[in-house]
Amino acid sequence: MTHDVTEPAAAASGHATSDARRTGAVRRAPGGPAGTGSAGPNRRGDDWRKRLEILVFVTPALALIALFVAWPIVTAVRFSVYDWKGFGDLTDFVGLENYAEVLGDEVFRSAVGHNMVIVVGSILLQLPLGVAIALLLNRKMRGQGLLRTIIFVPYVLAEVIAAVVWLQLLQPQYGFIDAVTAQIGLTPPEQGWLGTPEYALWIVLLVLTWKYLGLAVLLFLAGMQGVSEELHEAAQLDGASWWQTQWRITIPLLGPTMRTWAFLSMIGSIQCFDMIWVLTQGGPADATATMATYLIDEGTKRHNYGIAGAASVILFVIAFAMALAYQVLILRRDTQDDTQRYTRAESALFGALSRKRKAA
Amino acid sequence: MSRKTQALAALCAGLMIAATGCGSSGDSGGDDNTIIWWHNSNNDPGKGYYEQVAKDFEKANPGVDVKVQAFAHEDMLTKLDAAFQSGDPEQIPDVYMERGGGELADHVEAGLTKDLSEDASDEIDMIGGSVAGWQVDGKTYALPFSIGVVGFWYNKDLFAKAGITTAPTTMEDFYAAVDKLKAAGIQPVSVGAKDAWPAAHYYYWTAVRECSEDVLTSAVKSLDFSDACFEKAGDDLVDIVAKKPFNNGFLSTGAQEGPTSASGLLATGKVAMELAGHWEPGVMQGITEDKKGLGDKTGWFAFPQIEGGQGDPAAQMGGGDAWAVSEGAPDASVDFVKYLLSTDVQTGFAKNGMGLPTNPDATGALTDPALADLIKVRDSAPYVQLYFDTAFGQSVGGAMNDAIVNVFAGKGSAADIVKATQAAADKEK
Repeated sequence: MTHDVTEPAAAASGHATSDARRTGAVRRAPGGPAGTGSAGPNRRGDDWRKRLEILVFVTPALALIALFVAWPIVTAVRFSVYDWKGFGDLTDFVGLENYAEVLGDEVFRSAVGHNMVIVVGSILLQLPLGVAIALLLNRKMRGQGLLRTIIFVPYVLAEVIAAVVWLQLLQPQYGFIDAVTAQIGLTPPEQGWLGTPEYALWIVLLVLTWKYLGLAVLLFLAGMQGVSEELHEAAQLDGASWWQTQWRITIPLLGPTMRTWAFLSMIGSIQCFDMIWVLTQGGPADATATMATYLIDEGTKRHNYGIAGAASVILFVIAFAMALAYQVLILRRDTQDDTQRYTRAESALFGALSRKRKAA
Repeated sequence: MSRKTQALAALCAGLMIAATGCGSSGDSGGDDNTIIWWHNSNNDPGKGYYEQVAKDFEKANPGVDVKVQAFAHEDMLTKLDAAFQSGDPEQIPDVYMERGGGELADHVEAGLTKDLSEDASDEIDMIGGSVAGWQVDGKTYALPFSIGVVGFWYNKDLFAKAGITTAPTTMEDFYAAVDKLKAAGIQPVSVGAKDAWPAAHYYYWTAVRECSEDVLTSAVKSLDFSDACFEKAGDDLVDIVAKKPFNNGFLSTGAQEGPTSASGLLATGKVAMELAGHWEPGVMQGITEDKKGLGDKTGWFAFPQIEGGQGDPAAQMGGGDAWAVSEGAPDASVDFVKYLLSTDVQTGFAKNGMGLPTNPDATGALTDPALADLIKVRDSAPYVQLYFDTAFGQSVGGAMNDAIVNVFAGKGSAADIVKATQAAADKEK
């Protein structure tokens, strides 16, 4: 807890520097960009102030990160190399045995598979649906606001509440969904939708889609607002139909938004827990177990904290690796210089349009 | 000092307090005359009754202060785990509940629980054989105050409607009853397999019928499941599941929450029976709107006998709760636990319907007729086998329960149950 000790010192010096900074800023203001106007001895003082300033503003955040992010991660790693029941000292060092056990556990491997199904399934379902709905809602029409709200409501609900609602709807035999299925002349599965191992994961995926489609639509709509009206007008002047405009202008320019959304969706899917815990608790027969339900099951339920620690570290590594890969392979395009990218998309667009015009 | 920096300083100071404060916020458990008592009777009449018990004890022992903390059951378990995890005697309650078996053995091994063998020898003698579940290496670490047994609770009306006149006693009777109920258009049995343990109770029971007491007792110690009876019990379970006696969608049915849970289905007359413990009438009362549960229609019969089984036909399977004293607790805590097992306290406990008392002089005080019948069954049993997931500990028990649910889902065999259990047990050795 060293940061706590440094805290008062940082705080005490904080107000002095902060006041100094303010006057400094005022003095510097007419002199052009910071650092170039002032010279000599003042400059060194400014450097110091700047450092202190950074220190003061960054320390609380760093302390919080250390306390609530770094320390738990370190603790999880520490637990993962011990055989520990949850009390007493950490004495039974087992090295990487817990990792071998987790990786050798069929339930964990299938849990990783389920996570991947949710990652891929969420994107495959929500991307086309989300874009379609966003395109629809982006047109001026009556009740637009209401429709947008309705689509967005599931996302606002707490995940647990949404899960409880669906749990009731999906109740075998007495639930709404089973009643509807029976009404239209189909036989609902004997074990209910969530109780049949073959269906359970897909049902969970559908509920997750219902829940998170609103976020995709919202982000895509926002992305669409960012597409310059001039481009639409230019396309219209050139005689492009509504479909052509969407297909060749809106959707390509929505790329960065889609990629960012897919990233968020992916991370959420890897950590998927609440919905599954309420709907199925990872069952039936581990058919919907995810990495998160696995580690809760091993940790809090079975008191195998070492195993749970190892599973959480593996989950962390998988999520981290996927995030990093996505960042490097896909998101990098969006973090390049913005104007370049835009020009490129635009030139591609105008190229396509002009080609089309020539053909016509 | 500008407002911004003031706020910053306040934030930093707050952070410091938050970071250091959590270490000292516990109760003064080290105080020689203060007993911190955790229990899970957080509803009246139980809650009020225990407060009165604490006051009575304080009156009889001047200078002793009993601090009562009532939790919802799950909250209590979480808090206990956290307190034990911290290893800080300030945070660990002085008197708390132990479920016995492997969990208790782990606590004992970690030096968290006090040996009561000498100090409470009278009470241990009084409770008799059932105390075995709370013994480790011949020493007693907790005093069970309520022990129940698991059996079939049934709806007498629905049984009559299906033409079943006597409660089943053998597996053949049971299957005949299931067929009759099905023929009458009634779903025979509900089971909350989503929560695993209600399904697991079926296997515990077939094992109690198939295995002799010696085999079970030595299995708890040796964690060796090679005796053929464990697999035979699994075969019996496969047979039961193949008979399809369970409610539609039992794999996604919860144990006790709401009208569509296994208990709810029984309470609302949707199924004819359910395998459950002594808590079932209370749970059903909580679910139905009139707070009566099945009322007069409530019936009970023991798990059917299995032909050729090695188990004692009168043996029971169940479990209970015991009062334990933590290692760092003041001496008065032991006296308090002994007081909790006294005829006075146990009689009030029985009168308030809080469980099945273990003090023989208090058993007559049960007012609930279903429980009064049940305690006779329990007391005439040669032994009550502790729930396997408790007896073998959560790690082995959890693996066993999962394998049992797989059988319910049609995804595993009898051999798989034994294999999964043994694999988890081998890690414990």
